[in-house]
Amino acid sequence: MSNDKGDLAICRRQLLAGAAFLALGMSRSGATVIFDHLPWTPNAGNPPPRPVPGPWHFFRGDEGRTAEALADRIIPPDPQTPGGTDAGCADFIDRQLAGPYGRQEGLYTRPPFQNGAKNQGHQSEQGPAQQYRKGLAALNAACKVKLGGRAFYELSDADKDNVLHGIDTGDFKLDGIDGKAFFEQVVKDVQMGFFADPIYGGNRDMVAWKMIGFPGARYNYLDWVSRHNERYPLPPVSMTGRIEWTRG
Amino acid sequence: MRKRVPLALAWFGLLVAIVSRPAIADPQDFPQIERGRYLAVLSDCASCHTVPGSNQQFSGGRSIETPFGNIVAPNITPDAETGIGTWSDDQFEAAVRKGIRRDGSRLYPAMPYNAYTKMSRDDVLAIRAYLNTLTPVRNAVVANTLPFPFNIRAAMRAWDALYFTEGEYRPEPNQSTEWNRGAFLVTGPGHCGACHTPKTFLGGDKTDQFLRGSYLQGWSALDITNDSRLGLGRWSKEDIVAYLRSGHNRITAATAPMSEVIALSTSHMTDPDLNAIATYLKSLPGKNDGTAQLAANAPPMVAGAAIYRDQCSACHGLDGKGVAELFPALAESSLVRSDDPTTAIRIVLRGARSVGTDAQPTAPGMPSYGRQLDDAEIAAVLTYVRNNSANIASAVTADQVAKVRHDTATRPD
Amino acid sequence: MTRRLPKKDVVIIGLGWTGSIMANELTDEGLDVIAIERGPWRDAPTDFPPTYIQDELRYRVRHELFLRPDQLTFTFRNKMDQTALPIRSWGAFMPPNGVGGGGVHWNGETWRFLPSDFVLKTHLTERYGAAFLPEDMTIQDWGITYDELEPFYDRFEYLCGTSGTAGNVRGQIMEGGNPFEGARSRPYPTPAQPQPFSQTLFGKAARELGYKPFPQPSGNLSQAYTNPLGLKMGPCTYCGFCEWFGCANYSKASPQTTILPYLVRKPNFTARDNSEVIRINLDKSGTRATGVTFVDSSGEVWEQQADLVILSAYTLFNVQLLLHSQIGQPYDPAKGTGTVGRNYTHQTISTVNGFFDPKKFNFNPFIASGSIGMCIDEFNGDNFDHGPHGFVGGGYMGQVQTGGRPIESTIVPPGTPKWGAAWKSAVKENYLSTVKPGTGVHGSFYSYRDIYLDLDPTYTDRFKRPLMRMTIDLKENELKQNKFLTDKFAEIIKAMGAQKLHVQYRTGPYDITTYQTTHLNGGAIMGTDRNTSVLNRYLQSWDVPNLFVLGASAFPQNAGYNPTGTVGALAFWAATAIRSKYLKNPGRLVDA
Repeated sequence: MSNDKGDLAICRRQLLAGAAFLALGMSRSGATVIFDHLPWTPNAGNPPPRPVPGPWHFFRGDEGRTAEALADRIIPPDPQTPGGTDAGCADFIDRQLAGPYGRQEGLYTRPPFQNGAKNQGHQSEQGPAQQYRKGLAALNAACKVKLGGRAFYELSDADKDNVLHGIDTGDFKLDGIDGKAFFEQVVKDVQMGFFADPIYGGNRDMVAWKMIGFPGARYNYLDWVSRHNERYPLPPVSMTGRIEWTRG
Repeated sequence: MRKRVPLALAWFGLLVAIVSRPAIADPQDFPQIERGRYLAVLSDCASCHTVPGSNQQFSGGRSIETPFGNIVAPNITPDAETGIGTWSDDQFEAAVRKGIRRDGSRLYPAMPYNAYTKMSRDDVLAIRAYLNTLTPVRNAVVANTLPFPFNIRAAMRAWDALYFTEGEYRPEPNQSTEWNRGAFLVTGPGHCGACHTPKTFLGGDKTDQFLRGSYLQGWSALDITNDSRLGLGRWSKEDIVAYLRSGHNRITAATAPMSEVIALSTSHMTDPDLNAIATYLKSLPGKNDGTAQLAANAPPMVAGAAIYRDQCSACHGLDGKGVAELFPALAESSLVRSDDPTTAIRIVLRGARSVGTDAQPTAPGMPSYGRQLDDAEIAAVLTYVRNNSANIASAVTADQVAKVRHDTATRPD
Repeated sequence: MTRRLPKKDVVIIGLGWTGSIMANELTDEGLDVIAIERGPWRDAPTDFPPTYIQDELRYRVRHELFLRPDQLTFTFRNKMDQTALPIRSWGAFMPPNGVGGGGVHWNGETWRFLPSDFVLKTHLTERYGAAFLPEDMTIQDWGITYDELEPFYDRFEYLCGTSGTAGNVRGQIMEGGNPFEGARSRPYPTPAQPQPFSQTLFGKAARELGYKPFPQPSGNLSQAYTNPLGLKMGPCTYCGFCEWFGCANYSKASPQTTILPYLVRKPNFTARDNSEVIRINLDKSGTRATGVTFVDSSGEVWEQQADLVILSAYTLFNVQLLLHSQIGQPYDPAKGTGTVGRNYTHQTISTVNGFFDPKKFNFNPFIASGSIGMCIDEFNGDNFDHGPHGFVGGGYMGQVQTGGRPIESTIVPPGTPKWGAAWKSAVKENYLSTVKPGTGVHGSFYSYRDIYLDLDPTYTDRFKRPLMRMTIDLKENELKQNKFLTDKFAEIIKAMGAQKLHVQYRTGPYDITTYQTTHLNGGAIMGTDRNTSVLNRYLQSWDVPNLFVLGASAFPQNAGYNPTGTVGALAFWAATAIRSKYLKNPGRLVDA
């Protein structure tokens, strides 16, 4: 079979073993043939890996600082709830861009790449990883040019907001990229990191879930279905648990 | 003129015919073979003597784990060279009922001859007759795989002297026919004590703790006396019969080693036999110790309650009662309360698939919690479940969990 | 080199709902059956356990349980004079993959179509006249009636344990059910799911406006259930992680919970996962299927021969395989010839979000099942007089909010900034007091001459086969239908007590980037005339009598309901035809 991307490894299977084992239809040697009983393996499952704190995996140079600055304007800190940076939204984006999402893994990335109508969806060869590199660089470059040599993260909060509003309206243009589309993506990603399970690096200590009253990764509300218009009292729990699991 | 045979002579001939009928029926006789087939089911020969997943039953090669090392079960198909095709009846009986191999050396009690001895010679030869009808399989098995010094079979002579009493089952005259049938099945071909009776350090039965539960192969086999906390005390006869017949009842589900027993043996037993087993087991008095319930506000109980609420209650219920024949009722389970919590810990760590039978095909699975929960969390939630509602049991420690985690890391299920 | 496997009686392509139903029926008949599934084996304890399935990012946003476009995708354009471009990342729909197919991650909404839906062309022409229908509308009668299908709807519902309140039992209209539904022979197997607060409030508001609301029929069970195969399910616990997610506690009807454990035990059934069928093979005459060719995960190519081929791979993959195997004539809209690919449809969806006073309303939106919701059917099908309105079709509407997962459910009232402090405080204020139905208005999507499927001239998949091309747009009829329905829906949301509404009509052009259900239908439709359909009324191919094609690809147009109930019923219907007619006398069941 054709093999242009190397994604179908051609390996010689033992014909005799294969045919014999298929003909008998008995004993499963791999996960490929299901016969006689439901498959089972102990310790099964594929949970997401726990977050590894530490240096950036994806961001280079001042990209991380820029992402944090953006996160804190998109979700500013307030006395009740941390902002985007403290909640870990930049960490979230960093880990996502370093992973399969950043690489567009699983998406159809075959050529030809042609521009189409907006409702035909994303048609770029460049995935989120490249878009962020370009976008963050363009943002800082534009700020340096138009705002006295200062990068985005060096501006005051009010100035940062002005820049971002300007990108929204089209008044503040970024060179070489569609600034509005990039910023829309950043808003989406920051907010996503805010509300996703803390295992992905954002929503640290479930601060976002506590803010809105979402009980998290729970699975049983049977005793609450018929309790209408009452505040749900249990604290949120994430996939890695909650403090009551250890402290009692 | 027709010869007239004197009547007396005819009667005499008949008598001779009856008397000189051999004690053992013709091995090709259908009733004999069918009786042997059923006895082989009762004895669960197929389980040890077949590699799991193989379609060549009784051909041996399965590695049996013992505390002294692994033993490989031999080929008992009638193959002339690699099976028992050329064995005599006496040799077969000696092996099954007395623990003596064809060459005169001793068998290890991984072969439960100390239970099978309770069957009669007739029984055992019926099994032989059934085995003789199977397709011979050529499969040479190396049986002597125990490490030194356990590979010295002569030492078994001493072991046998301590732990083996040869002899058929003797019915107790004060008990019912049903009870005696159950006692025969449990102590004889069923060999339940092989797993469920705790062992001495030499691997013999602790006879004063008959069926009170034991540890083996990374599992804790449960107490199956009528103890109300640890055993079958809160099970009805019907619960026991349903469990053995289908692998599931209103309280619990069978998994791993017991799955195999049910799939290959008990689910094929007759209802009267299952009832007899239930009658017998329920007659065995429990130890009824005075363990106290842990208070609900003890720290592991509080932590365990939180974990239970968040993770376990979606299947096992907020009240611990589960869903009948789907999710075990932890609040009523003797497995949960077992003194040795190995099985409960193992199930939580690795997950488990319950057995599917014709009567109960769903075979629901328990997911694995070994990655999400650490040792202390698993210890807490088990402690909670063991002492919640009407359950009473000792706390589980993080060390116990760590030990099972380490021990089962490389085991298959 | 293609390796040949020992021949089987039946090969089933795709082990989802219809493949599992057919496999179970045919193995009961004693046939030797093999099912070949492109994706992996899946089961609750090993693949969607309650330790990590509650992960909105992974399963809703990154759609991890679904087919990867890299493995197979499609191209899309609105109009025939446009260049179609690849769907590089899913948006408007999410194709299933893996054992269980869409049955693993559906919402469980289990509806029946209306009696008039099955004879739509005849019915609408009689009532409104042929001139009332748009000139390019190509709706057709199905070739079967609701009454013929009713016993099979019943079978599917009892297989699933569907929870609901019957509205019409043998002609008697029942209080609390859907008064418009076709007559059913008996009530649902389990009672309807109790409704959380916002759904109950919707029902109350609808009733006060004079409608007859009823609970949505649910494949998430209200109580423990044992189905006719002896398989056990538990009660749904309202986790709010239903659509896009597998069910962790055996309470959502799926092939895994209702068929597979029973089926797998049979000695005459085998399944292969991670094996992609790439072609149905025909003999020299082109009128008999000899089996299939498939590729395993190592890239090895195998041939599985069989006497009977069941194509049950989901609408899109069904049509694509027919095209790639050159079975039947591809549809050409310009010439008006051919049948494979015609009458392709989707669903016309819209919603209205309601923002309520947070001091008075706490909806706990996270308490929900996939098929929750009080609904009304007054505006579905031809349940109302379309004369004054100038469109045909309709749909049900309801407070169908299946969860409060925060990435998607933290919406803010219109006019609120999209980011910043104002956004943050609006999210905080509104989360618990917002009504956000997913498919609040769930409308029909009728078929048109220039909405169809064919093969793309440019883009290919990893086997160098052309991708299938979708040409699809929203027509005036559907947009009118949607505006009318959405306005009615908005009235009810307002009557619930909402302070602010965000009315979101479905507008054209059809957008491949916004999710509109995965109810894709047609392309291999059933019918009475082989010139305008691919299958006869038993879902048997007109061209290749030993091939049956199951799934919503058979729908000549889409009604205003979720398709799975009808998909399941049709599978049972086809299986019965095979068992009682075809096997006794293999060949055409209907004269061409």
